Amino acid sequence: MVGLDLERAGQVSTEVQRVLRKLGVEPEVVRRAGIVCFEGEMNIVLYTPGGRIILLVYDDRVELIFSDQGPGIPDIELARQPGYSTAPDWARELGFGSGMGLPNMEANADRLEIRSRLGEGTVIRATFFRRRDEA
Amino acid sequence: MKLEEVAERLGLEFWVRADPEVEVRGGYVSDLLSDVLAHAEAGDLWITHQRHLNVVAVAKLRGVAGIVLARGLQPGPETLRRAQQEGVNLLTSPEDAFDTAGRLHRLLFP
Repeated sequence: MVGLDLERAGQVSTEVQRVLRKLGVEPEVVRRAGIVCFEGEMNIVLYTPGGRIILLVYDDRVELIFSDQGPGIPDIELARQPGYSTAPDWARELGFGSGMGLPNMEANADRLEIRSRLGEGTVIRATFFRRRDEA
Repeated sequence: MKLEEVAERLGLEFWVRADPEVEVRGGYVSDLLSDVLAHAEAGDLWITHQRHLNVVAVAKLRGVAGIVLARGLQPGPETLRRAQQEGVNLLTSPEDAFDTAGRLHRLLFP
């Protein structure tokens, strides 16, 4: 993914949902993974020069791994707080950067791991456990 | 109530008529994309002033019944194309968000 490419942003998450649906993944997981992917995708687009999103589908879980070569997150605890945002004005005017991205990811993933190094980039792994009885 | 009927009763204009038969169960008014992702319900009619491409992805991900641009705002060609591709209902309301939401609420929950 390329940073600042708002044109294509949002397409990864809809594609991820399409693939998961095709693989027969439970609708509840498809819904949550789509939302997490959109937020992660937007973070890469808005704050970094670019990055990758990897989708892994297992029998018992789905994982989304976001990695970027962005500036890194100086204070992850602060960034996790609802309402905290470093988004520029132009992004806010488009309805991004309301400080709900990471909280949304946490709310919709069963597990969210964030590793970040200043000046090098950030890696986020979101895990969704598949509850087969709901399939 | 079906979207077709809601549109007729509220004077909404269809720009993308992907699925006019979809059931409208409620409404949500917000210009913050993450807020919509977090709190809108599937089947809600989403009333907003945002008309760039990414609203289509948000609408699709959240499973809303459609996007309604308030105050007669018109979608750009790219947003239109994306909504057509993704099968997302896209409408405009001649009235502002307050009046559109108020009338929708009265219609759905008389």
